[in-house]
Amino acid sequence: MGFLTLITFIPVVGMIIVLLLPKKNLNAIRWVSAAATFIPFVLASYLWTQFNYNLGGINNESTFQFVEHARWIPAFGIEYFMGADGLSFPMIWLTTLLSFICIFASWNIDKAQKGYFALFLLLETGMIGVFGALDFFLFYVFWEVMLLPMYFLIGIWGGPRREYAAIKFFLYTLFGSVLMLLAMLALYFNTTDPVTGAHTFNMLHMMDQSNHSDWLKILDVRYLIYIALFIGFAIKIPMFPFHTWLPDAHVEAPTAISVILAGILLKMGTYGILRISYPILPDIAASTSWYMAVFGMINILYGAFVAMAQKDFKKMVAYSSISHMGFVLLGMSVFTSAGIIGAVFQMFSHGTITAMLFLMVGVIYDRAHHRDIEGFGGLGLKMPVYTGISSVALFAALGLPGMSGFVAEIMVFIGAFPVYRTITIISAIGIIITAAYILWTLQRVFLGKLNPKYENIPEINGREIFTMAPLAVMTILFGIWPIPILNLMKTSLNYLIQIIP
Amino acid sequence: MVEIAVIIALLPLLAFVIQIFFGKRLPRQGDWVSIGAIVSGFGLSLYLFIQMLTRYDPGFVITESFTWIDLGSFKINLGIYLDNVSITMLMVVTIVSSLVHIYSMAYMEGDPRYSRFYAYLSLFSFSMLGLIIWDNLFGIYMMWELVGLCSYLLIGFWFEKDSASNAAKKAFITNRIGDFGFLFGLLIVVTAIGSFTLTDIAEGVASGKLSGGWLTAAGILLFCGAIGKSAQFPLHVWLPDAMEGPTPVSALIHAATMVAAGVYLVARLFFMLSLDAMIFISYIGAFTAIFASIIAVTQNDIKRVLAYSTVSQLGYMIMALGAGSFTAGFFHLVTHAMFKAGLFLGSGSVIHAMHHAMHKLDVHDDPNDIRLMGGFKDKMPTTYRTFLIYTLALSGIPFFSGFLSKDAILGGTLAFAVSQSNPIHYLLPVFGFAAAILTAFYMFRLVILTFHGEPQRKDLYENIHESPKTITIPLSILAVLSIFIFYTLPGINPFSAAHGWFEHLMAAPASAVAQFSGHPVVDISEHTAHSSHTLAMIISIIVALSGILTAFAIYYWKKMDVEALTEKMGVLYRLSYNKFYVDEIYEATVVRGLLMWNNLLSWFDNAIIDGLVNLTAWITRHTSALSGKFDNAVIDGMVNEIADITQGFGRQLRRVQTGQIQTYIFAAVVGAVVIILVRLV
Repeated sequence: MGFLTLITFIPVVGMIIVLLLPKKNLNAIRWVSAAATFIPFVLASYLWTQFNYNLGGINNESTFQFVEHARWIPAFGIEYFMGADGLSFPMIWLTTLLSFICIFASWNIDKAQKGYFALFLLLETGMIGVFGALDFFLFYVFWEVMLLPMYFLIGIWGGPRREYAAIKFFLYTLFGSVLMLLAMLALYFNTTDPVTGAHTFNMLHMMDQSNHSDWLKILDVRYLIYIALFIGFAIKIPMFPFHTWLPDAHVEAPTAISVILAGILLKMGTYGILRISYPILPDIAASTSWYMAVFGMINILYGAFVAMAQKDFKKMVAYSSISHMGFVLLGMSVFTSAGIIGAVFQMFSHGTITAMLFLMVGVIYDRAHHRDIEGFGGLGLKMPVYTGISSVALFAALGLPGMSGFVAEIMVFIGAFPVYRTITIISAIGIIITAAYILWTLQRVFLGKLNPKYENIPEINGREIFTMAPLAVMTILFGIWPIPILNLMKTSLNYLIQIIP
Repeated sequence: MVEIAVIIALLPLLAFVIQIFFGKRLPRQGDWVSIGAIVSGFGLSLYLFIQMLTRYDPGFVITESFTWIDLGSFKINLGIYLDNVSITMLMVVTIVSSLVHIYSMAYMEGDPRYSRFYAYLSLFSFSMLGLIIWDNLFGIYMMWELVGLCSYLLIGFWFEKDSASNAAKKAFITNRIGDFGFLFGLLIVVTAIGSFTLTDIAEGVASGKLSGGWLTAAGILLFCGAIGKSAQFPLHVWLPDAMEGPTPVSALIHAATMVAAGVYLVARLFFMLSLDAMIFISYIGAFTAIFASIIAVTQNDIKRVLAYSTVSQLGYMIMALGAGSFTAGFFHLVTHAMFKAGLFLGSGSVIHAMHHAMHKLDVHDDPNDIRLMGGFKDKMPTTYRTFLIYTLALSGIPFFSGFLSKDAILGGTLAFAVSQSNPIHYLLPVFGFAAAILTAFYMFRLVILTFHGEPQRKDLYENIHESPKTITIPLSILAVLSIFIFYTLPGINPFSAAHGWFEHLMAAPASAVAQFSGHPVVDISEHTAHSSHTLAMIISIIVALSGILTAFAIYYWKKMDVEALTEKMGVLYRLSYNKFYVDEIYEATVVRGLLMWNNLLSWFDNAIIDGLVNLTAWITRHTSALSGKFDNAVIDGMVNEIADITQGFGRQLRRVQTGQIQTYIFAAVVGAVVIILVRLV
């Protein structure tokens, strides 16, 4: 059994153990979950040391790393086919890290803990599987596996409107999945395995244009399939106008689930486009890129403007995610090194930054039991450590130099400007609006006179620091020295842009 | 040498890290860590500076760089660029910063966040020193934002005050608007030339890779960063509000160093400015100089007068650089850093004394208000004397540093106007001289109202005391550095720095634009330059003296009644006093507009976009309810109907099944008879 399989399925093993434990034994449940997320993190970190930076991956199996093949449903050309390259590996590593951290952010879940941790572990398997899968069918299965625990985690452990939010999330994503399913089947029936001549779900075969049937060479068909896939993924990003499930889901979800949702799940949308849509239909990707840039611009600005109008702290962060994901879209839309690497770096960096932001909201929500931005004030006086670490998170979101968000954003701008000047410049207005809403929020929550209601509010505790501090360190570290992450990505992504005509 | 420069910058960073994590636990809350770092930095800068003076080479440059990001086809190199300008800047920043660090020991004593204050000062020193030594626009941009962060943190240092946290936010966002332009310019440059490094850009411009309209656009857009940071019109609004920060911060960041970063940036970009860009820059500077000095005349807050004065003086520097007087602009940056830092620290000394007096008497009033002062010269002799020296320097009186640099600027602008064919450019020196009159006037107004005349509040006056040594010693050092001799050596002519080390070493860099187009961007003949300087000197002395005399006439000898004068000036007075209502205009248009726009979009998001989503859900639900009904009533109804019919039929049929043999036989016989009859018929 290979490392990727271990990383993917150890959480499921953990889930089974959790299910076998007595409901009363809370600590055992928590620590088993911690172990079941920690081991994959250690293994993924080990794989990082083994990662060969010179191999491109993308559409060439021989340059994928940690590849695993196993027969699964040979009658339909379905395989258990996993592997990693510079596009997926950073996301796998980030998933294992955030999952581990989120166990500690879930420490205080107050009902049905056994079910919660079991579902959470199942969710992790789904997420890692999505990033590791190279067989479209397998990808789809993991994609759906992830959906179900998410539905319950929001619907059972969420806030007051959890059922509405959970159903909205579920149906919206399912709608996307259906489109993706149709596109997948269309591709399946029009791709042949070069060796056996049978239809195949192998993504890498789908990427080889010579395996396509004549029908799949018709331009209109390619457009249709591309659009179906694109909408399926765009819902996940979430791209305007498919984004309204996100604020609801975030507001209702428990802290750790928000972290996972924004930190990992949103990235699956852009990951899917880069992993599947681009290499399989590169010509369509090239000819529709302008639209993607425009949508990126809309996301950046629209998200920022709407974030500024929010009264709910968590909703503000949710809309900031929409804005920041716009940078990914903008960077992806231009096929330049700086643009696309900036986009994927933004996926990584936003994963850490937004996780910090949601953890930050979680800390204060646990104490004040509300999230009204106007309802705080002066917390800096009573909670200096919390204020310090939150400031790091907020300034990272604002794109302050010296933090990873800045590197990603500036790379996107540098990459996008030569291609789409006007769009890039209009998007850059986002940096002003972002500064405005972040600083305004910072001021209303942490600065000013102390709200007398919070005279005795307790300072952030050790466990909470433990969840935020590693992310803060990473944000600063990769802001000053982004090379380790960029090295992971650059061979694959430089190779990817060569595929696109 | 490069290593030394890097160490100078990194020492305060180290101090910051120590302070932020351990500051509170260290003895004296670790102020000595920060002070030690910056004073060592000063020592090392002095070493570099002495080396520079002994070398005495105007063309001295060392660069060293490494690759930071390498994406294959795209690279970002970062490196260090040391020349006479950056070494002098290092010197200026470390001197002022060291003195401010020392001064703050007394000024910030007893503050609950004392160690935090030093941590921020250290972070600022690091960012500012880093900004100076980078060899490329990318690094400068990073540090540019970091000094902005430090400015934010320090303006909002007393964040429990709403005014302070508002001012901090305003400063950062206003700067971001300028930085948007900076970023835009950066993108143009890197797209055309493919590198951020200054030397590469110079080469690229000289070879015509970036030329014409794009070059002008790049110059102007990069300058937008300076408009924000150096508080030029129309982005000047943040600087006066920034006075909410502790006074040492105002001296260091908002007078001497960070706000001068914009000027430094323009100086660094000097080689790539096209004539159109330079004229734009010059006019922005000239307008700001006159505009801000008009406002300074009527302000009553001691720090606000100085703040508008800073805006105005930065305008001077920008104007000079735009008019091609590189050396003059940079010269004024250096001299201004010393005396303006001094003025702020002096005002801090007064405020400190006022604050203590008010605290003692339990009076709650504004310690910054000059209308509550008066006659302090006997109570605070050192503060008064040094303040007077700075004021003389700022007003441009001979024997003081400011005279030399201001004269260089005015002469340079005059020469520029003479050499340009369009006579409209005489506006530049005219604005300059007008601002000089006002400067002399408002500064002496300030000195007279604060230190001379009758005490306005006897009770406070009685309790005013001279500040401790940690405050007066920095004041004295800066006062000494405001004397002409430090800038004219080896010459000793108080009227001209032409033969001094400064003018010799800080030669204007060669214009890459000129190399490309083959003719000079600004062409000023030796003769024009010389005659303009002589003329400018005479005018500027007259102008300064008349400004001072007017101030004395009004406020000291009381030849004119201030009230009546105010009345007479009417609209102009109100415009000046209310800062031309710029803040109010921005509030009503930009801020309100943005908030309304946000709310509109938020409503759109909720009502329209999400409304559509929910409508889809509603339609689906109702369609399914409807089809449910249809299913129940029609489809299932039909099924039930058939069942009913069958059942009814069966019920009817059941009657036939009576079980009586005679009935069956009867029926059979009847049936048989009927069949036979039918057959027969």
